[in-house]
Amino acid sequence: MLKTLTAALAVTAIAGAAIAADLSGAGATFPAPIYAKWAEAYKAQTHVGLNYQAIGSGGGIKQIKAKTVDFGASDKPLKVQELKDSGLFQFPTVVGGVVPVVNIPGVGPGQLKLSGAVLADIFLGEIKRWNDPKITALNPGVRLPGLPITVVHRSDGSGTSFLFTTYLSMKNAAWAQKVGGNDSVEWPTGQGGKGNDGVAAFVRNTIGSIGYVEYVYIQQNKMSFVDLQTRGGQFIAPTENAFAAAASHGDWAHAPGYYLLLLDQPGADSWPITGATFILMYDHQQNPAVGEGVLKFFDWAYRYGDGQAKALSYVPLPEPVKAQIRKAWAANIKGPNGQPVYVSR
Amino acid sequence: MSDVSASLSPPAAPKKRVKPRGALFDPIFSVLCAAAATLLLSALAGVMASLLIGGWPAFAKFGISFFTSTTWNPVTEVYGGAGPIVGTLITAFLALVLSLPIALGVAVFLTEFCPSVLRRPIGVAVELLAGIPSIVYGMWGLFVFAPVFANLIEIPLISWAPPGSIWEKIFTGVPNGSGILTASIILAIMILPFMAATLRELFLTVPPKVRESAYGSGCTPLEVVWSVTLPYVRRSAIGAVMLGLGRALGETMAVTFVIGNSHTFPQGIFDGGSTIASTIANEFAEATGEMHTAALLALGFVLFLITFVVLAIARALLGSAKNG
Repeated sequence: MLKTLTAALAVTAIAGAAIAADLSGAGATFPAPIYAKWAEAYKAQTHVGLNYQAIGSGGGIKQIKAKTVDFGASDKPLKVQELKDSGLFQFPTVVGGVVPVVNIPGVGPGQLKLSGAVLADIFLGEIKRWNDPKITALNPGVRLPGLPITVVHRSDGSGTSFLFTTYLSMKNAAWAQKVGGNDSVEWPTGQGGKGNDGVAAFVRNTIGSIGYVEYVYIQQNKMSFVDLQTRGGQFIAPTENAFAAAASHGDWAHAPGYYLLLLDQPGADSWPITGATFILMYDHQQNPAVGEGVLKFFDWAYRYGDGQAKALSYVPLPEPVKAQIRKAWAANIKGPNGQPVYVSR
Repeated sequence: MSDVSASLSPPAAPKKRVKPRGALFDPIFSVLCAAAATLLLSALAGVMASLLIGGWPAFAKFGISFFTSTTWNPVTEVYGGAGPIVGTLITAFLALVLSLPIALGVAVFLTEFCPSVLRRPIGVAVELLAGIPSIVYGMWGLFVFAPVFANLIEIPLISWAPPGSIWEKIFTGVPNGSGILTASIILAIMILPFMAATLRELFLTVPPKVRESAYGSGCTPLEVVWSVTLPYVRRSAIGAVMLGLGRALGETMAVTFVIGNSHTFPQGIFDGGSTIASTIANEFAEATGEMHTAALLALGFVLFLITFVVLAIARALLGSAKNG
């Protein structure tokens, strides 16, 4: 009995020591699975753990501003001014895509083609039936029924909605004026499902519906995705290559504070609704060891984590972007003595 | 007789009064009880105050339109809570209407008709139902109940409703199984076991003598329930129903999954709506704007008030029932 107790105490003591060195982060739910995967592998190698709480991007921003965590995570980049005001530095980690999905009898995955402007008209409620001339004009040869369109959107505030609505704002002036782009908006029409799961379930249950989900969900649920029109006018399917193309066409070098949306990027193969997810940390680190720990972790993830990211349907950042970010760390994130807390080698 | 009185008479020698053994702890005990009650009250007051303070910017900026407008626009930061407020009242009321008869039926069956072999298993089953987490009801509602409900109820009713009639208006909505009515049904299932279990316990408090004399004077079981059991427990029964209503008003996750989450007034019972609790659950985590957070906290305060008013009305009803 006493032996077990001593053993238990010893284990607790060791765990306690490990926790003391652990990194803490909070924020976006979208990258949570890959951060967890990276953390597991990183801990196996370095014995440094990561305690990441997937509480949502808004929560992540609040937590880092309250300094309760070592880093925050957000799907929505902060604007340069906001970064400056709060003394934060942000950098992207992985890229993902948002994909419109439909439930129309007789229309399979990739058979329906839409442009951003028409997509916005549908979500505005101006196009009410699937055989509307604006839709059939883009889809010669596809038999579209006269079904009423049911719009399904996210009910919870989310980075997915932010990317989707911001893209619609870019492509359709009426959308930009009436609704705008945000992580939650006043939807002109339709029903709200909670989370990607909720949207996927509503679309599956509703004949004639259209919604949008993160890419990984169309694979899990075998949903009928929609081909979208790129900036050059071609229609392409959502694939990991298409997201990677959008990420590599992004002009990261000229994006101050890495405020860059990968929406509607040039290139014939760039998926129009692509976005990166971001990490937020203070550029002045009170405790340099903590800042170093965080940067070491993400440097390790850039170096060795691409395979795991791909396995979970995320798209890793292009190598040149990673190199730039490593330089930006050394130039921006400093300890109390003005020295960089971490220089990647 | 005389022996007994002799033995009970006080002894002649005066004796020092002995304090009872527990007397030392009595003051501590009463202080602890008072502290528990104070803690509860101050927690209540603290929550109310922080909701009011947190929500004050929204009340101050939008004034009365916070209660009358259905605009809920996080982009322009204009918030009106009429949609969620009305949705909360409608779903809770419908849930009560749906579940009360069934809860009464369960309780009456268990106390009047049930063979004693079945009584325990059914009672335990009812209590187990009450223990299922809200999120499980939500998932079940969305993935299992909603598709069945759409196919068996919504689509037939929508296609049956004669054009131009009041039925067409009531049955407006997208037939995918989500909406006000689905949320109310899920809520009804959730508060049912709670109310049934409480009502059963209440019915069991009716002294058997009273019921048996009613049966003895020739009453049917219906008459016994209606004119003996129910009047006997009326006050506590209303309390039980109000507690069920309270749970329905504040229920969050299950409703969020199936209500359809639109901030406008629902057009019909199959249409999407929202409740205060579902709106907060949906948006609080991602509310970055100050006014957005304030509006959500203000909604929370309104929910607090609604619950308070419901309880106050219940008290008033109880009072008048007692006097009348």
